[in-house]
Amino acid sequence: MAKAGTKIAATDQLPKPAQPKRHVADRNELLRLYREMLLIRRFEEKAGQLYGLGLIGGFCHLYIGQEAVAAGIQTALTDKDSVITGYRDHGHMLLCGIDPKIVMAELTGREAGISRGKGGSMHMFSVDHKFYGGHGIVGAQVPLGAGLAFAHKYNEDGGICVAYFGDGAANQGQVYEAFNMAALWKLPIIFVVENNRYAMGTAVTRSSAETHFWRRGEAFRIPGMVCNGMDVLEVRGTAEAAIDFVRAGNGPVIVEAQTYRYRGHSMSDPAKYRSREEVQQVREKSDPIEGLKDDLDAAGIHEDELKAIDKEIRAIVNEAADFAETSPEPDAAELYTDVLVGNY
Amino acid sequence: MAQDSTITAPTSDMVRLTVREALRDAMAEEMRADPRVFVMGEEVAEYQGAYKVTQGLLEEFGAKRVIDTPITEYGFAGIGTGAAMGGLRPIVEFMTFNFAMQAIDHIINSAAKTNYMSGGQMRCPIVFRGPNGAASRVGAQHSQNYAPWYASVPGLVVIAPFDAADAKSLLKAAIRSDDPVVFLENELVYGRSFDVPVGEHVAQIGKARTMRPGTDVTIVSYSIGVGLALEAAETLAAEGIEAEVIDLRTLRPLDKDAVLESLSRTNRLVIVEEGWPQCSIASEIMAIAMEEGFDDLDAPVARVTNVDVPLPYANNLEKLALVNTAAVVEAARKVCYRG
Repeated sequence: MAKAGTKIAATDQLPKPAQPKRHVADRNELLRLYREMLLIRRFEEKAGQLYGLGLIGGFCHLYIGQEAVAAGIQTALTDKDSVITGYRDHGHMLLCGIDPKIVMAELTGREAGISRGKGGSMHMFSVDHKFYGGHGIVGAQVPLGAGLAFAHKYNEDGGICVAYFGDGAANQGQVYEAFNMAALWKLPIIFVVENNRYAMGTAVTRSSAETHFWRRGEAFRIPGMVCNGMDVLEVRGTAEAAIDFVRAGNGPVIVEAQTYRYRGHSMSDPAKYRSREEVQQVREKSDPIEGLKDDLDAAGIHEDELKAIDKEIRAIVNEAADFAETSPEPDAAELYTDVLVGNY
Repeated sequence: MAQDSTITAPTSDMVRLTVREALRDAMAEEMRADPRVFVMGEEVAEYQGAYKVTQGLLEEFGAKRVIDTPITEYGFAGIGTGAAMGGLRPIVEFMTFNFAMQAIDHIINSAAKTNYMSGGQMRCPIVFRGPNGAASRVGAQHSQNYAPWYASVPGLVVIAPFDAADAKSLLKAAIRSDDPVVFLENELVYGRSFDVPVGEHVAQIGKARTMRPGTDVTIVSYSIGVGLALEAAETLAAEGIEAEVIDLRTLRPLDKDAVLESLSRTNRLVIVEEGWPQCSIASEIMAIAMEEGFDDLDAPVARVTNVDVPLPYANNLEKLALVNTAAVVEAARKVCYRG
């Protein structure tokens, strides 16, 4: 028999991030967050249209509804930090500052695409922007991200890695292998679980014995945090607390961002596993872009200014789409390039 | 065929080393030369390597660069691959390649394909190394040759050396390569001693090596099979058959020119492989011989491989299952229409 008395979980006794506060953004920050989220929204809507027109092939996973997660986190990073994610990657790339034209041109499989047309929607990278993919195997980005964090620590460059994955990937074994080593070696990494409630068509409650993903690190003594992933300022505040903790050398943190995707898992998914009403309710009550409008209003940013931003973003996205449609496909000789780096 | 610094006749500038020492020396030299190089794996540091290949590295380079991992192949293969994407040059040791099957997703999907999928901008300079193939009396799950698996994957370099000189000079080349390299060693060869040239020798990846010149039949092999081929060549020489023995050394890219050139002189070909016959390196060499060397063939190509069963444990059955010198001799006689 154990002695009487409540025990506190081990992680409660370990260092953990400061209690996050909803970020208090100034005017410029608010405008940036709004712009970034709107750019993703409009970009993804356009990608959906191009898919419908047959200009984008294969799998195409849209980020619509989840914009606040990447926006809240990546606006808090510095240029020393690296980002890695799965196949739902367009939004994270735009937030890394990658030109929408070359992202869209990759979606249409063109020579000017960021992977020269050889990667497609799920496999895009920009070493220059410290964006390391864009990985098509569910969960692979988690140990790969731990490896990027390992490199930050090895090089003592002061950077951290943010590795995003979904509630579906959270059930992959390699995620926990990575958690273990990241905690053991105190790697500077934030594991961001974008919990959009469905792993493709399987609801979280049907796939996960522990649905509090932020607690999935307890067995490895990794502190966890959970935030409203539909509120960009709450995400941002959470990210800042997590970043401070990780950058100070305390090892990894898990951040669960509770979010929702409006579209199907991919463009080929009719999403019959949930009701229209459920989607409609989230759109009406929790939309991350609409939800920022009270804060924008309070900061004296009004509808006409937002309309101007919207117009500007539509122009950027239209230009990206035109570019992606009119750029040539890769030359046939490209079939054989970049298989290996060396000549043997 | 390009000249290669490891193809050197024994001279006074040779030192006698075991394969395991040669591999260790290769890692140590490259770690001295490049601070981005580190080694990680199970028991590589404090235990000094499950097969003592990393002996002494922890003492010289410290725990930052010689890293014991938990038993978590999928995870540390992924971490190594991510570190390579982040600009480091990891050497990931698998205690054996049997265990790397848990990690094969990262080797193939993450490491091998990224350069292509990124349009050539994201590199993955990593070496996955460890013993491959049958050891001795360890049964089916610990005895398998993965060379044909990895050699079938574009985006990988696959190296499988035989002797200590090649083990050293090819591992150095692998560590310096900008591509992901699968480096297949062999436990049964680790303890064998060979002459190794003193000084800095970096082999050229992708080049086969003629281990013994001959005129009557070409015997092609790699890794432990090269030893069997050389033994067979001795026996055959006593019978008046001069066998040319070619060590492929690199399985991807495959030096088919070396095979075809030798075939054009001997007109007979035997392939020796410690591994299963179906979809093997031997199968590939046979296909090349037929597609590109058909007119040079004076006899059907023969392959000598393990028996097509999971490797049994019992001593007698294990012997029956594994490729052996007598079978190589027999095959060579057959293609020469002797005996």
